Amino acid sequence: MCAFLAAAWLPETLMAQDTSLPEVPKITLETAANVVEAVAPLDSGNTAWMLTATVLVLFMTLPGLALFYGGLVRSQNVLSVLMHCFAIACLASVLWITILYTMAFAPSACGWVGSLEHIGLSGITIDSITSGYDFPETIFIMFQMTFAIITPGLIVGAFVERMKFSAILLFTALWLILVYAPVTYWVWGGGWLFDKGVIDLAGGIVVHATAGVSALLLAKMLGPRDGFPKKLHIPHHPAMVMIGASMLWVGWFGFNAGSQLAANGNAGMTMLVTHISAAVASLTWMCLEWKINGKPGLVGIVTGMVAGLATITPASGAVGPLGAVCLGFLAGIVCYFACGIVKNKLKIDDSLDVFAVHGVGGIMGTILVAVFGLPAFGGFGEFEMVPQLGIQLTALGAVVLWSVVATFIIVMICKFTVGLRVTVEDEHTGLDQSEHGETSYQFE
Amino acid sequence: MKLIKAIVKPFKLDDVKEALAEVGIAGLTVTEVKGFGRQKGHTEIYRGSEYTVDFLPKTMIETVVDDDAVEQAVAAIVKAAKTGKIGDGKVFVIPIESAIRIRTEETDGEAL
Repeated sequence: MCAFLAAAWLPETLMAQDTSLPEVPKITLETAANVVEAVAPLDSGNTAWMLTATVLVLFMTLPGLALFYGGLVRSQNVLSVLMHCFAIACLASVLWITILYTMAFAPSACGWVGSLEHIGLSGITIDSITSGYDFPETIFIMFQMTFAIITPGLIVGAFVERMKFSAILLFTALWLILVYAPVTYWVWGGGWLFDKGVIDLAGGIVVHATAGVSALLLAKMLGPRDGFPKKLHIPHHPAMVMIGASMLWVGWFGFNAGSQLAANGNAGMTMLVTHISAAVASLTWMCLEWKINGKPGLVGIVTGMVAGLATITPASGAVGPLGAVCLGFLAGIVCYFACGIVKNKLKIDDSLDVFAVHGVGGIMGTILVAVFGLPAFGGFGEFEMVPQLGIQLTALGAVVLWSVVATFIIVMICKFTVGLRVTVEDEHTGLDQSEHGETSYQFE
Repeated sequence: MKLIKAIVKPFKLDDVKEALAEVGIAGLTVTEVKGFGRQKGHTEIYRGSEYTVDFLPKTMIETVVDDDAVEQAVAAIVKAAKTGKIGDGKVFVIPIESAIRIRTEETDGEAL
């Protein structure tokens, strides 16, 4: 019986090897070691970790981010926020396999955007291996897809309680195509910033800076919620905020440590510094609130956590534990005051503080990695501070500028096609009823 | 007969209920309400932004008693609901024309 099974199975393995054989000469003819690598390049440990990390990052959006944001709005808008996150996840997935993956990651001679080699995932098979790594490209596609899902998801916090659902979908689709995919190519896909040697392990630039800056501009162009800032209502469910935030914390290990694209010591250190920064930033924010408002609040401490995680994200591959403590501490302080500046000084209703927490955090981490990544601070960066600082600032300048210009154009397109806002009456009724025809809490 | 309408702090409901039972009040109706008096609302601060809460949650207790029991019942409520701090609430006494117990169709004093 066993012999029969083995015999039946053997030709299949041979066949699988046969199909991959014609590719071998194309890859390399240089050394025997390379040939062996090309024939059996899969590492099951790395593959298993990347499968896991992908699940963790999707978990950040569904339901982590959705609950985090859902608890912060009024009770008549909670379903609309959950709906935004869910619909954006689906839309981003479809766009990712259609056009975004090839724009972000297909090799291209041009430094600005990937080629159309993988449009509609053409050329991707069960045997495709992630270029330069040892796990299947299908997993890399999925892993990166979850980043493309959460990034526009973050922007939801800027427009809650007032934006039309149709405008949200149109904005998201255009933003992913015009901002997310190109910037991902610049930084991670082999584009011009990648070539310059910019450091952004898991998306301080690609995810948090793009989303934060775009959110701020969108909130400004959309206008504030009716009654802002004097007559706003308090978050309807801080416990839901905490539950969602905790899911973000757990998922962030996949986000950062997964971005090492291997199950190794780097991933372990990345996970460690990620956790440290989150904890330190939470405590910092809590102490600030305690000192300034008199009471340490739950919404405050979990917001500090998100700030700490966003800040460590770009730096989590270069800093050590000491750098993580410093980054977490700065994240707690700077993001705390950024919230007040955006709402009270700039008078922009970036409703759930996307810019102040994610944008400011991501930008700060992207700059400070050039400092705290140095061996003097216990970091592992192999660079010199001043030139690296120049590269980081160049990258931020270019990405912020591009995000602003593209977001402006996209918002204008939405404004003159589907329209941006619901009516004031619908805003007071709440989007759950007016946009989605459902009610979140029925007490009978 | 009089209707006693007491608006008290929600956490005082149990104390008031027990105090009324001690003076022989047989039944009451409770409603969760919101409102403000001289206390006004309060503010809460989230992420550095102040939110004003205009209407505070209170509990409204309604009970109908015979005229000769009014004084005792009101005193019991006031004693039980008092904390001495702002926002303790108010008690109103309103005349009632008639009462009927639905099951037996008894009226007025017998219906209470």
